[in-house]
Order: sequence, then C-alpha cells, then structure tokens
Amino acid sequence: MSRGTFIDLCYLIAALTFIVALKGLSSPRHARQGNLVAIGGMTLAVAVTFAQPHLAHLPWMIAAMAVGAAVAVPTSRFVKMTAIPQLVAAFNGVGGGAAALVSITGYLALSRTTVVCSGGFLSECHSTGGVQDVAVYKILEVVLGVVIGTVSFAGSAIAFAKLQELMTGRPVTYPGQQQANAVIAAAVVAIAATLLVTGSVVWLWLLLVLSAVLGVAFVLPVGGADVPVLISLLNSFTGLAVAASGFTIGSNLLIIAGTLVGASGILLTRLMSSAMGRSLPNILFSAFGAVTTASGATEKGDRSVRAGTAEDVGVLLAYAHKVVVIPGYGLAVAQAQHVVRELVDELHRRGVETFFAIHPVAGRMPGHMNVLLAEANVPYDELKEMDEANPELPTADVALVVGANDTVNPAADTEPGSPIYGMPIIHADDAANVVFLKRSMRPGFAGIDNDLLYDPKTVLLFGDAKDTLTKLLAAVKAA
Amino acid sequence: MNQLLQYLTVFVLSIVVGFEVISKVPSILHTPLMSGSNAIHGVILVGAMLVLGNATSTPEIVLGTLAVLLGTLNVVGGFVVTDRMLEMFRGKPEKPRGEDAA
Repeated sequence: MSRGTFIDLCYLIAALTFIVALKGLSSPRHARQGNLVAIGGMTLAVAVTFAQPHLAHLPWMIAAMAVGAAVAVPTSRFVKMTAIPQLVAAFNGVGGGAAALVSITGYLALSRTTVVCSGGFLSECHSTGGVQDVAVYKILEVVLGVVIGTVSFAGSAIAFAKLQELMTGRPVTYPGQQQANAVIAAAVVAIAATLLVTGSVVWLWLLLVLSAVLGVAFVLPVGGADVPVLISLLNSFTGLAVAASGFTIGSNLLIIAGTLVGASGILLTRLMSSAMGRSLPNILFSAFGAVTTASGATEKGDRSVRAGTAEDVGVLLAYAHKVVVIPGYGLAVAQAQHVVRELVDELHRRGVETFFAIHPVAGRMPGHMNVLLAEANVPYDELKEMDEANPELPTADVALVVGANDTVNPAADTEPGSPIYGMPIIHADDAANVVFLKRSMRPGFAGIDNDLLYDPKTVLLFGDAKDTLTKLLAAVKAA
Repeated sequence: MNQLLQYLTVFVLSIVVGFEVISKVPSILHTPLMSGSNAIHGVILVGAMLVLGNATSTPEIVLGTLAVLLGTLNVVGGFVVTDRMLEMFRGKPEKPRGEDAA
C-alpha cells in the first residue's frame, strides 16, 4: 500500500468517527464516549497529515499548533462554566476564520500555477502549454469558503461580544437596517460575480472585507435569548465553509466533516428555536427589541412590589409541603448552584418535597442550567424539565425563582404584543406563593418587564443570589 | 469535472447522513452537541496544514500559518470544552445519586 493510500484510509476512518461521535452526542448515555471517539479520529487525521509527502514549513506549522494549544487548553479548562456559551462562540469563529484563510491560500496556490480561464460556468478548461487554467467552478468554491467562513467569523465575534457583555446584549437596530443589510448582501454578490469573471486576487481581498461587514450586520439585530440559537446557526455555517475549503483543496475529509456539521447544525438550530417556541426566520429578522420599547415599562412604571426578608421566606419554605426551585442565569452568575443544593437538601431533610424545574433555555443556552447544577452534584432525578414540572406547579406551595425572569414571565401567554409571546414558560404563577430572588428590578436578558413581580402573592428578596440563599438556608435551619 | 462530481457525491451523501444522524436530541444535550460539532469542524486544521505544507510564496506562508493557529484553537478548545460539559453528566442518567440516601 502506498503512503498516499494509507493516509487516505486513515482520513476515511476519521470521517467515520465523526459520524459515530455525532450519533453519540445526541444521546445522554453515549455523549461522552461520542466526544472521545471524535477526539481519537481528529488526532489520527492530524497525525497522518504529518506523513504527507513534501510537507514544507514544518517549524511554522508546529509553532502555530503549539501556540494554539497553549492558548486553547487553559482557556477552555479554567474559564467559568457561566462563560461557556461565549467560549463556544469564539472557538466557532476561529474555525470559520481558518476556513476562509484555507480557501484564500488554496486559491493563491491555484492561481500561482494556473491561468484563469474565461470560459462559461462550470466549464473545464484545457491545458494551455503546460499551464492549466482555473475553472470557474474552482473560483466559486473559493468564493463560498471565503464568504461563509468570514460571515461566521465576524458574526461569532459579535455574538461573543454580546455574551461577554463587551457590548449591549440587546438587539442593535436602526432605521433602514433591513435595506442596508440587503445592500451589503448585494455588494457581496456583485464582488463575488466580478471575481468569478476576472479571477483577480484583489477582488478576493475586497470580498473578504465585505463578508466581514455582512457578518456583523447580520448578527447585530439578534439579541437577548436568541444569541445561542444564532451561535448554533453560525456553527452550521462554519461547517459549510469547511466543506467549501474541502472542495478547493480537494479533501474528502474536509467535505465530509464540514457537511456533517453543516447539515446536523441546521437541524440542531431548528430544535433549539422550537424549544423557544419561535421560528428561525423570526429569530433572525424580527429584531426582538423593537416591540419592547413600544409596550414595555412606560405605563407600568410605578407599581409597587412586595419585598420580604430572608427570615419570613425561610419559614414559608420550611413549612411548605412542596417547593419548586426555578433557576435562571442569575443563579449561575452568582455561582450559587452549591448553596441552592444545600438549601434543597435541608428542605428534603425536613420532609419538604422539592425539585428543580428547568426551562429549556434557562441559563444562556439550552442545557446550560443542567450542566451547572450537575456540577453542584444535584442528582439527576431532582431536575425536571418544563413539561414535566408545569403540571406540578398548581399543587406547589412555593415557587422559588432564583435569578430567572423571562422564563417565568406570564406575558408569554397573555400579551400578544410582547416580544416573548408564544415562548413556552414555567408556570411559576400557578404556585400558591412565588418568591423571586433578584439582584434588582432590572428586567431580564430579553429586556421585558415581568408582571409576576407585581403580583400580590409574590415576595421579592433583593440581593446577590448566593448571599440571599445562604441567609435563607440559615433561616430554614432556624425555623 | 470528474473530480468535481466525485466531491459532489461525497457532499450530497454527507448532507443525508448529517440530517439522519441527529434526530431526537433532549434539550439538555443541545449545548454539548453544538460544542461537539463545533470541535468536529475544527478538522479545517488538516486543511490548513495541507495548504501551509504546499505554500511557496510569503503571503501563502503567512496565511497558512495563521490558518493552522486558528484551526488548532478550534479543535483543541472545542474538544476540551465539550468534554468539560459532558464529564458532569457522567453516569448520572442511569444511576441517580439521591437513590441510596432515601
């Protein structure tokens, strides 16, 4: 077997492991093995690539890999669990950037050895005196890789900035935005077309810049709880960009892996958006914030809320029969997952039936809250998903809402004008008493006021969730 | 053209497999799955190594090296983050821990 055949066989095995990995990752039982299988396949693919004949610039290659690994491992190992969503956005963005660069470099190499032919679409060019022409379809592959990869890179950068709170997490809108975006998109298409005809590298650089602008413009109007869905979509884009690079440099492995991620990513994006009760076009093109400013805080400015003390609420909890804890992002920010676990344990000791009700998008991403609570050793059977928890709430004495807001906002059911209208919620309002642990009266991530806060059966405990829970724990023990 | 057709075949079949392999995913696994597939498209690292390995001009070397760097970040970061998310689910679904205490 020749060396080339052996390498290709290894690539085939790697491609297979990716399929097995995706399959595994979609079932709780096999998720971890799935990831390990993919790591194995990837290691194999990278290792045999070193065996490729005539591989130049090894020192640069190894140095770049060493630097990349030296940055990536500590970042992903030690960053707080709450920052995971933006980390995924960042790693996705660099992937898109890498795909764009591979496409460009591939094109530079092509145009170095060949002459661009001016034939029609998909026409194969004939060799002219030893120099083969670059067929138009080759340029098209490059264009796709560069545009999709760069949009993903720039879009992920903005998504990262939004989640990291380097900029406002709310949708950024301005008059004529849709038209402006359409113009940018049209310009990208025009430049791509020019590039297809001329094959000139100058247009390629212009395409790169304009695609970055398009990526930013595309992501700016998406905000709030929609950002995770957006990241999933950009993840799928990067997959497609990788596949396009695979066409350019002639690699089946890249085509298979990229397309797998592209196709499954689209499906995953749809699953995520339907978990929020919204359609994908709705998320991308109906700037969430526009409605908020119209119907939001204005008329409800000065209603009163009932602020309680930890002691009162402690007694309420200690003598309840059934308590449902509804955690949200505020719990994660305060790093209160361990204290809340202690509180629940204490309630169990007192014979109070207690469980967690997890909204599909609690936290910043679907499943984020489950990860955080699992980290605090909350047993799996104490976590109930929304559909399972909602029928229990009418019989609950207390719904303890820890740092959640939008996911319990009854406006999603009752106010057709609300931006979150139609999103499934946890019906905390069905419980006999509602206790909100909040830092302030500031509205949630989506920026919408919550009527439940003003309900007479609601008690508010202001302050950092961790402090408040610690006080509650002491109060329950004392009661 | 034959070459293109071969790649197109692989592409189309991969789309089908990509759609089929993901069916019902519980919402707790949405984030890990996204992160895992994020790591898988890090295979662009292999592409980056190939273009850098065949680079001759300075722009190619610079861009290729940058691509290898970004690709490595994608692969390594993606897998480590995914593993970190998943290690918290270890064994939980089959054997809930609260059981023996009760």
